[in-house]
Amino acid sequence: MKDFAYVAAPDVATAVRAAADAPGARFLAGGTNLVDLMRQHVERPDTVVDISRLPLTSVEETKSGGLRIGALMRNSDLAAHPLVRTRYPMLTQALLAGASAQLRNMATVGGNLLQRTRCPYFYDRATPCHKREPGTGCAAVGGFNRSHAILGTSASCVATHPSDMCVALAALDAVVEVEDVRGTRRIPLADLHRLPGDTPHLETTLAPDELITSVELPAPAAAPSRYRKVRDRASFAFALVSVAAALEVTDGTVAAVRLALGGVAPKPWRAVEAERVLTGAPATEESFRAAADAELAPAVTLDGNEFKVELARRTIVATLRDLAREGSRA
Amino acid sequence: MTQAPPAPVTEAPVLGAPVDRIDGTAKTTGQARYAAEFDHPGLVHAALVCATVPRARLVGIDTADALAHPGVLTVLTHENAPTMRKSPSPGLPDISTMATATSVTYLNTDEVHWNGQPVAVVVATTSDAAKEAAALVRPSYEPLPATVDFQAALPDARPQKRNPFSPAGGAKGDAEAALATAPVSVDLTFTTPMHHHNAIEPHATTAVWHGDRLTVHECTQTIDWTRRRLAHVFGVPVADVRVLAEFVGGGFGGKGYLWPGTVLAVLAARVTERPVRLALSREEVYRTVGGRTPSTQRVALGSTVDGKLTALVHTSITQLGRIGGWPEQVTSQSRHLYDAEHVLLRQRQVELDALSTTTMRAPGESIGTYALESAVDELAHRLGMDPIELRMRNEPDRNPLGGTRFSHRRLREAYALGAERFGWAERSPEPGSMRDGRWLVGWGVASAYHPAQMFPANVTVRLFADGTVLLRSAFHETGMGQPTTQAQIVAHELGVPFEAVRVEHGDTALPTGPPAGGSMQTASLAASVRAACADLRRSVHGLARRSGSVVGRQRPADLVARDGGLFGPDGGETYAAILSRAGQSRVDAKVGSDTGLGRVTGQLRFAARMVRDGMRWVRASTGAQFCEVRVDPDTGEVRVTRWVGAFDIGTVVNAKTATSQLRGGIVMGIGLALSEETLVDPRTGRIMNPNLSGYHVPVHADVPELDVAFVGDPDPTMPLGVLGAGEVGITGVGGAVANAVFHATGRRVYDLPITLDKLL
Repeated sequence: MKDFAYVAAPDVATAVRAAADAPGARFLAGGTNLVDLMRQHVERPDTVVDISRLPLTSVEETKSGGLRIGALMRNSDLAAHPLVRTRYPMLTQALLAGASAQLRNMATVGGNLLQRTRCPYFYDRATPCHKREPGTGCAAVGGFNRSHAILGTSASCVATHPSDMCVALAALDAVVEVEDVRGTRRIPLADLHRLPGDTPHLETTLAPDELITSVELPAPAAAPSRYRKVRDRASFAFALVSVAAALEVTDGTVAAVRLALGGVAPKPWRAVEAERVLTGAPATEESFRAAADAELAPAVTLDGNEFKVELARRTIVATLRDLAREGSRA
Repeated sequence: MTQAPPAPVTEAPVLGAPVDRIDGTAKTTGQARYAAEFDHPGLVHAALVCATVPRARLVGIDTADALAHPGVLTVLTHENAPTMRKSPSPGLPDISTMATATSVTYLNTDEVHWNGQPVAVVVATTSDAAKEAAALVRPSYEPLPATVDFQAALPDARPQKRNPFSPAGGAKGDAEAALATAPVSVDLTFTTPMHHHNAIEPHATTAVWHGDRLTVHECTQTIDWTRRRLAHVFGVPVADVRVLAEFVGGGFGGKGYLWPGTVLAVLAARVTERPVRLALSREEVYRTVGGRTPSTQRVALGSTVDGKLTALVHTSITQLGRIGGWPEQVTSQSRHLYDAEHVLLRQRQVELDALSTTTMRAPGESIGTYALESAVDELAHRLGMDPIELRMRNEPDRNPLGGTRFSHRRLREAYALGAERFGWAERSPEPGSMRDGRWLVGWGVASAYHPAQMFPANVTVRLFADGTVLLRSAFHETGMGQPTTQAQIVAHELGVPFEAVRVEHGDTALPTGPPAGGSMQTASLAASVRAACADLRRSVHGLARRSGSVVGRQRPADLVARDGGLFGPDGGETYAAILSRAGQSRVDAKVGSDTGLGRVTGQLRFAARMVRDGMRWVRASTGAQFCEVRVDPDTGEVRVTRWVGAFDIGTVVNAKTATSQLRGGIVMGIGLALSEETLVDPRTGRIMNPNLSGYHVPVHADVPELDVAFVGDPDPTMPLGVLGAGEVGITGVGGAVANAVFHATGRRVYDLPITLDKLL
């Protein structure tokens, strides 16, 4: 690991000032992803601003009936929080589906939002990667790409966003609050991450010195919800496909639906097209399949990840089917 | 010939007891030290620079930035490294040459032979500085043509060179003709990927030179072989090299040979004249330590309509590096498991510009049983016959090839025991017919098989006047519980309490022990420990006779060793009493010699015994693996939900550690079946998942309770009746899982691992 300057920030103002003063600085929270990347020499910051002591660890109810979650809340604490468990069970499920207990005890909400892809070529400096070194090429196309994206990709990058938590946040219409020396702003989660296009190294719409301070959830919906993660072993593996869904059925018709996908795209993927097809349609397996097909129609596959289209279709249908059954029992 | 010694008591409860590990507390409290945990004054740290191209010539190597990095002492490259001697290729008569992992003279050549070969070593005052500086070294390469794609190289496969422990083929009758005319047949092709061991302790070496004398703390399964190879490479007498490995954090075959990290740590210490520690990262283990070969296998079976096998064909192609590798005995179990009228076994290999493949838990049988047992299951399905019944109809009385006797064979008993515990009789035979809610449920079964052999083992057993006993032998504790097991054997043989026995091991200053490999350690040591204990009892009787003890007045045949002494019809005395009356502080018994001549004699005796025993008996551990899976019909996710393994490992010396060994094998087998695969980029030969995030070993949630049962019948031809437990547990697991998946889904998966995309 390269030597770096270390700033321990006692408050947000100091943190964002330190980042503004040192171009290329990185914020360090739980370190579960950044430290790995530094060990691999993928991230080589000159300055690390330690924000782990900032007082951004609370969960508060908002006036509109939602929750504001501090960006430094640990994944494990957030998953276990009574208000999250009871009002946003999908978020708890997504958090607990991620990583391992040890990592969840370290990883924070803000860090989870900004974690980087696990594409093996991104991690290996011996191989070309547009995301790591723009202009060098992409070794994943023509290489191992079984875990790679099928939606929202570009010629320059096919990597997935690895988070489980973010998929639930996408389905929940979360809003991210950020701060820098100029002030604060709110970014809908859907607008936080970018698609790769020709600039896969630019992963979010944040300025380099902007700090995520909290995540706000709107008031919960009453509909049954679920996070379903499909992976290569029972735990401690990234999603091949994941689905965050909430389904409200009235008189056999879909009154409201929220659907987001993980493991299939360079960002947490809100399935807008599927939601459009489903809303007002009969809550039947045929509708669920049609909605999945509509969402997956633009999928572009590689040698190794063709199965993800079928897997995503099946997982969407199975999750909605389970929710419809749950809703009808309620 | 001296007269027979007093006998040990036959019913000593210590043998077979589930005794806790002698070193359990030391390990769980961090007192047990491993190779990277030894400190020396002035210790410095090394880090490797590994090639990022498959085959090339180094045309330059820029070390300026690395040398300028704070804390860096030196950067060793092919341009400045002192010359080392090349280790000879594996072969007889010197069995320690087995440890020659590759033919490469690291840093004495400008040739790169594989993607990952070390091309420089950085030595610095801290590990962090060494690693960072290693990233600053810039080699320049002139690429050379390279063959790195196993699949693409298959057409160039050549007959396999024989490996010293197992034949490369065999035939009886005309199997292809019998297959062509068989009323029922299957002819299937299977593939398995490369695997890596992933021992919890990554490889590490701490090397210290005192002049021309070398001390190495090394995580190895073969301290004697390591010592001899290092002495050769560095041109010093064997006696001046001491290798210590009291505790090793798992090996599984990955620590059997001399890999570059060990050589380069010793080199770095030689050059810097400082003690050097080189602790490999997980990635560096993947880059510089070989893995299990990938394979492609054909299994074809012909049978009569009532399930009598007429033809058995099993062929394999595996991979070696051009620079070395272990010729994998993929068809090994197919020589022994089924009584087919006609048999054809053939092993071929391809050589790639890749790191040598190496032994990994049950090399050959672990992947060979997957293919063979899948094919047997498929044949049973086509015959409409229970797969256990098909196996029992073809259970041989003698070895199917050559008619050699089995030393004993308890596979029928293992199946009966396993079927009872599993509840096999409740199985509904039709694939897809068993469900639990939405889950598809499948039950599968497969045979486990691993040959039993022995290495030479020198031991000293020392009886002290206080009645305690010390066993000294340079054997290995890589996690299996060997010191505990051997202490039990000593306690049994001498009739002393288990607590009275101490064990010294893992140090080449001790009598040369056997390698921890091939499931051979327990039996190899048991043979020598028994002989030494018999010798000791004889000596004690002699002392008793000379000093006037009641023991000395009785014939040895009338005495038994129990209660810490020798007792007969006319009474007895404790060892302490006998020694103290005789004025002796201790009595030693030695088996084997560590003189040059003694070593040669020992090896010749070993080779002769291996040949002789091989002609007299086929000896093996066997077992029956029973697996239940649940498969999600939507996503194809497979979860193993129940397991019964019923094994014949001969005498069980320690029920607890033996069970753990077998469970560990089954866990590793579940990984082999469902998730483990080393991803070697076919364009570059580069491993792309060199970490525990990308290489999926089973996690706790993937493993159900594993019910392990023993037939418990001693093998009459092995010391104490012990066969081996280290490897048989992984064999048959791939087949049992694949067969359970077929039973659940009607889909047979021919290429491992059985990931969900293969079931959509």
